[in-house]
Amino acid sequence: MAGTLIYAEVQKGEIKKGSFEVTSKAKELGGDVAVCLIGKGVEGLASQLAKYGADKVYVVDGPEYENYVTEAYVQAFKQVADTVSPAVILASATAQGKDLVPAVAARLGVGAISDCVDLKKEGDKVVAKRPVYAGKAYAMVEAVADPQVIAVRPNSFAVKEVAGAGAVEKAAVSLDASKIKAVVKSIEVAQTDEPDQTEAEIIVSGGRGMKGPENFKMLEDLAKLFGPTATTGASRAAVDAGWREHSYQVGQTGKTVSPNLYIACGISGAIQHLAGMGTSKVIVAINKDAEAPIFQKADYGVVDDLFNVVPALISEIQKVKG
Amino acid sequence: MNTVVCIKQVPDTETLIKVQGAGIVTEGIKWVMNPYDEFAVEEALRQKEKMKAGSVAIVSLGPDRGIEAIRTGLAMGADTAVHVNDAAYYDKADPYATAAALAAAIKGLQYDAIFMGKQAIDDDAAQVPAMLAEMLGIPAITMVVKFEVAADKSTATVTREIEGGQAVVEVPLPAVFSAQKGLNEPRYASLPGIMKAKKKPVDVKTAADLGASEGPKTVVKEMTLPPARQAGKVIAGDDAAAKAKELARILHEEVKIV
Repeated sequence: MAGTLIYAEVQKGEIKKGSFEVTSKAKELGGDVAVCLIGKGVEGLASQLAKYGADKVYVVDGPEYENYVTEAYVQAFKQVADTVSPAVILASATAQGKDLVPAVAARLGVGAISDCVDLKKEGDKVVAKRPVYAGKAYAMVEAVADPQVIAVRPNSFAVKEVAGAGAVEKAAVSLDASKIKAVVKSIEVAQTDEPDQTEAEIIVSGGRGMKGPENFKMLEDLAKLFGPTATTGASRAAVDAGWREHSYQVGQTGKTVSPNLYIACGISGAIQHLAGMGTSKVIVAINKDAEAPIFQKADYGVVDDLFNVVPALISEIQKVKG
Repeated sequence: MNTVVCIKQVPDTETLIKVQGAGIVTEGIKWVMNPYDEFAVEEALRQKEKMKAGSVAIVSLGPDRGIEAIRTGLAMGADTAVHVNDAAYYDKADPYATAAALAAAIKGLQYDAIFMGKQAIDDDAAQVPAMLAEMLGIPAITMVVKFEVAADKSTATVTREIEGGQAVVEVPLPAVFSAQKGLNEPRYASLPGIMKAKKKPVDVKTAADLGASEGPKTVVKEMTLPPARQAGKVIAGDDAAAKAKELARILHEEVKIV
């Protein structure tokens, strides 16, 4: 096959882990692995991609790429794709990836496969496994023509370092400014180091049993103990009550997540919520209602009042950590 | 302001999904308007009300049953609808083919803005807004949580959700906007609204009528259910403190996360 082209995403001056994950996976699938890295002042990051399997990194670097604007990034990526003519295009299905991928596919006149959790090669085709109905089922999907454009959910693949250094090349790209119509007026990003729920390895989540917004502080405290890959989440009940922003919501009308550890506090486990977090590797449920459906999915259940359990858990973990 | 709202009918979020070959068992499913599309309909209605002029047209691809979701949109207050009623096309349609059919239906309409949900909660692809925009040659702004339009309708200033925050984007109209939860609080259809909706015009077309013939670009080979999760271990202990201590030990020694 003619190889893979990857879109590498930069946030806060660093390449996203999901971009390394798809690079490692592309190497494993076989064929040449090219990466397109777009941004302002990103050239110095290119060599990192070689470590995870990139044979060649095309760098599109310039002040016009400081803020992500769909059209500018689509134009730049398409020009690199035209040069590479890959059989497969991969990107991490981050917030930005989800915006870019379908636009790129449509510009190339092909389809796209969103938010995949596994890829396997069958002949010239990559068959992608993706959750549908928020994880209530999986679809095995393949593209009818090349390039096969696929977005991969973060945390789906391990990053693997490989020997050998990839070449870095500045890509010659010219933008048609007349087509770039949207203008970013301002960006407001919360000053937090917490990862997005879809990318977090550990999520401490709260539901109706949290009783009010002020009590989420203890979930934040617990999450912090797990380090920088941990964050907090919420059930729809907690979000609809106005206790948490919608960006925290896990479930069918929120985010679908699959962290290594999901701790559900005061969450009964409605079908929509279970769909959204059912693929978590380890699930812990803390709820005083022994009949709560969440316990049917939990690897470890604590049937007790979360207002006693969570503070005790915080101090026990502090002890373990010394 | 004239707007088009693209909607899809999907299984209610309570639905327990059963798979069959490359699809799902549709028997016994309660069908509803995609929840994110409700935000889209609501926003279109609010813009029309604010401007005190214009119209809201629903456009939907779906089989016969899709008319129920369309009537819901009309009952909320939309004025007209195009129902691309084509079960054969719909059954095979991927996001690309869906966008192609919607684009073909929209080409004959007058619009300043196109609204739709950020994704349908059935296939969860979140591709149609960007693909539709590409096919119509206009910009797409996804994940919109706030929408304001200039008095002369030349531009919209929108707030969109990005990773860890929000971005404010200005874009000339027409453009496609995909609605994220938080954009507004959708209204319920009133009883008079439901009565009126029955008399509102619905233009029924097939994909072939509209010249949409390119077909899907991706194919679902098989559907499977996730492996059943077994209920695990209930942690024993005399009180909450003892249970917490045991849980901390498990997280440290068995899960190896602490």
